[in-house]
Amino acid sequence: MHDSPPKIKVEQFSSWYGDKPVHKEISFHVRANEVLGIIGPAQSGKTTLLRAINRTLELTAGARSTGTIQVDGEDVRWVANVYELRRKIGMVAPLPVGLPLTIYDNVAFAPRCAGLSRKSDLDALVEKCLRQAALWDEVKDRLDSLGTKLSGGQQQRLTIARALSHQPEILCLDEFSIAIDPVTTMRIEEVLKELRKDITIILVTNLTQQARRLADRTMFLWNGEIIQLDRSEVIFSENPGNQKTYDYVHGIFG
Amino acid sequence: MISRRRRYEILSERSIETLIYLCGISAIIFVFGICFFVFREGLPLVFKEDTNFSLGKFFFSTEWFPTSMANKRYGALALIVGTLTVTILAMVIAVPFALGATVFLSEFCGGKFRETLKIVIELLAAIPSIVWGFIGLTVINPLIIQVFHVPVGLNALNGAVILALMAMPIMVSIGEDALKAVPDSYREAALALGATRWQMVFRVLLPAAKNGLLAAVLLGVGRAVGETMGVLMATGHAVNIPFFRDDGSFNWGWMFESVRTLTATIAAELGETSQGSDHYRVLFLIGVLLLSITFVINLTADLVVKGIRKQK
Repeated sequence: MHDSPPKIKVEQFSSWYGDKPVHKEISFHVRANEVLGIIGPAQSGKTTLLRAINRTLELTAGARSTGTIQVDGEDVRWVANVYELRRKIGMVAPLPVGLPLTIYDNVAFAPRCAGLSRKSDLDALVEKCLRQAALWDEVKDRLDSLGTKLSGGQQQRLTIARALSHQPEILCLDEFSIAIDPVTTMRIEEVLKELRKDITIILVTNLTQQARRLADRTMFLWNGEIIQLDRSEVIFSENPGNQKTYDYVHGIFG
Repeated sequence: MISRRRRYEILSERSIETLIYLCGISAIIFVFGICFFVFREGLPLVFKEDTNFSLGKFFFSTEWFPTSMANKRYGALALIVGTLTVTILAMVIAVPFALGATVFLSEFCGGKFRETLKIVIELLAAIPSIVWGFIGLTVINPLIIQVFHVPVGLNALNGAVILALMAMPIMVSIGEDALKAVPDSYREAALALGATRWQMVFRVLLPAAKNGLLAAVLLGVGRAVGETMGVLMATGHAVNIPFFRDDGSFNWGWMFESVRTLTATIAAELGETSQGSDHYRVLFLIGVLLLSITFVINLTADLVVKGIRKQK
């Protein structure tokens, strides 16, 4: 696995919102079929990093960046088809954003945008994704009702189903569990353990224990800089080799 | 004991409350006042005996000869059809344009250009309707004659173009508000799923903003139905149902027939009537009719919007 080329390679990446710097020349890579956990306090640039990878950062007025981010060896800034790139990356936001469409249409949105229109294909895909997100049994009888009517936890699973609907190779989860209860969180974590066999996962989380449970490697991002990036066993051990990491993980930070 | 200062505070609080309350209910008072006035002037004719007026003829006869010496006739059907024709045609022209402008303004152009464009569109809304009428007479009239090779350029099409231009700014600015009210997280979620901007607009934004957009269109319709001066000058002002030829066959060139609207009739004729005459009262009845039409439009808008809300 260590020999395979990196799925995502970030080099000397810096970014700013206006004059405010976010990242300061960070470099790291994500291997294929790896789960990379990213932990760190608010304002440390976790979400911005994800948005830079699927190039939605550029939608924010005043945001700019330097350095390179490569996905499958291709610089995201120069990809020919940005929509293709975005379809390759599933994105789950911290607060569920159920599009104001029916449950079915929410999941079928991305495939339809990509040009899939056969009803039977769509039906099968919607069912598969909802099953993967552990939501199928709860909503199979009301696929025609609005997605925004679901409970918070269900909506979050709906966004996960939606992120899977375009069969991404990379799944970015941005603090997916802050709006949902621990039981649902555990169910989704089970789902992620299934998914990691096929896809690469970047898991941004405020729950350090979640990173410990799921991530192969964990990155501690603080103030736009990588404090430490190592195997999760090391990061969460009694002796991670970096005082800041130890303090943060053990809750004596600041 | 309440101190003097405290008493003053209570008093000023009360008086401000009363004042605001009066401002609030004044709208209701005005509406009822207007209704009362219009009905008082118009309704007596309906119950009057020894007159040529009858409600049946008012609604179903096309013969509008209120000043005839021998035989006065008050058939408003042609005027009603004229108003509907011009309004509907205006909306057919204006709605696609306004929708396009709205989407462009809120999604596809940014920064200074957008601010400039908004100011220009608002300027468009500030042009007085008499000026629009003038434009209809001097610009669009010859244009229609040239482009379509018809003898007269003052017709339903001309009026509709004028109305469309007048209704568009209001539709655009309300529609833009509606699109702006759609949270940015929807846009980003749609784009993150690999949607192009057009797909985002058509599949997410427009459905999400449909209430506001509908309200924008209906406000435009309201503006078009009530508009007077511009259409008076642009439509040719001939009492005429444009859809049929003399032999009763369908007139495919209906767009190029002169028509007359309800509002223009009131504006043109009210000054020449003697107060209290049948003619005077029938014009007020037309006012009642206009009031009812706008009332029904607003009510429908309300119900439709509420219906959509309930569905959610």
